[in-house]
Amino acid sequence: MSLSIHELSPGQDIGSRTVEVTRTDLVKYAGASGDFNPIHWNEAFATGVELPGVIAHGMFTMGSAVQLVTDWAGDPAAVVDFQTRFTKPVLVTDTTGTEEPGATIEVSGLIGKLDAEANTARIDLTVVAAGQKVLMKAQAVVKLS
Amino acid sequence: MTINPDLQGRSYPAAEVYDVGREKIREFARAVKATHPAHFDVDAAKGLGHADLVAPPTFAIIIAQRADAQLIEDPEAGIDFSRVVHADQRFTHHRPIFAGDRLVAELHVDGVRAMGGGAMITTRSEIFALGSGDSREPVTTTTSSILVRGEGQ
Repeated sequence: MSLSIHELSPGQDIGSRTVEVTRTDLVKYAGASGDFNPIHWNEAFATGVELPGVIAHGMFTMGSAVQLVTDWAGDPAAVVDFQTRFTKPVLVTDTTGTEEPGATIEVSGLIGKLDAEANTARIDLTVVAAGQKVLMKAQAVVKLS
Repeated sequence: MTINPDLQGRSYPAAEVYDVGREKIREFARAVKATHPAHFDVDAAKGLGHADLVAPPTFAIIIAQRADAQLIEDPEAGIDFSRVVHADQRFTHHRPIFAGDRLVAELHVDGVRAMGGGAMITTRSEIFALGSGDSREPVTTTTSSILVRGEGQ
């Protein structure tokens, strides 16, 4: 897919994606990323440091949200800038041994801004878990063809 | 526990080299539930004009957090890792990261400010790919703020 700035307009919807998360996913992310902070896999540790329970890595949420943008852009290399603030933790309950997810993250995106000079589109993502926005100012800049 | 305010302005030079492997790109892509073929299939990546597998947009966090570890594990810094919460993160890609890249990161502590009983610390990693001889190419700039929670926060 190649995207031309002339066919795009601010406010345009780029779609949505649902990401189901389990404790196993957090262990996999810990291993893949090298972030072994026990707040992401050990309930007793997490509650011991005054968290409500095991929470997802902010970087898991950020990293899984951008897939929507990558698919829209057609090439992961087109994502030239990506930022977010982490505002609420994603609590992941222990559903080990069942088919149920421990949390569900809903991602949707729209075109926030077009820059004709740089030939880029800024995608603004809305990322929600348990009815709360977990990321704020989640913005990805895509280089257009 | 007090965060050392003298951390601001401190830099840690590029230390170990990170070799970007295809299987690591695939593993990381699966871990963030990315499905784009350019992360998995060399032919698909080449079909898009790339030399090799393309890393996901947040892959550089591996290198950035290794660089951050120099600060977090620095006994002079006074940071309790178990009380660290990630506050914000940004990646600016000067070019994509590809399998085969040999990357190094320079860490800069851009900001330290007290917040309640804790502190907000902003770091920046300048990530470069090593080329032939002494040459190196800017690849990614990451900036990250961590909140070190004080007691009761």
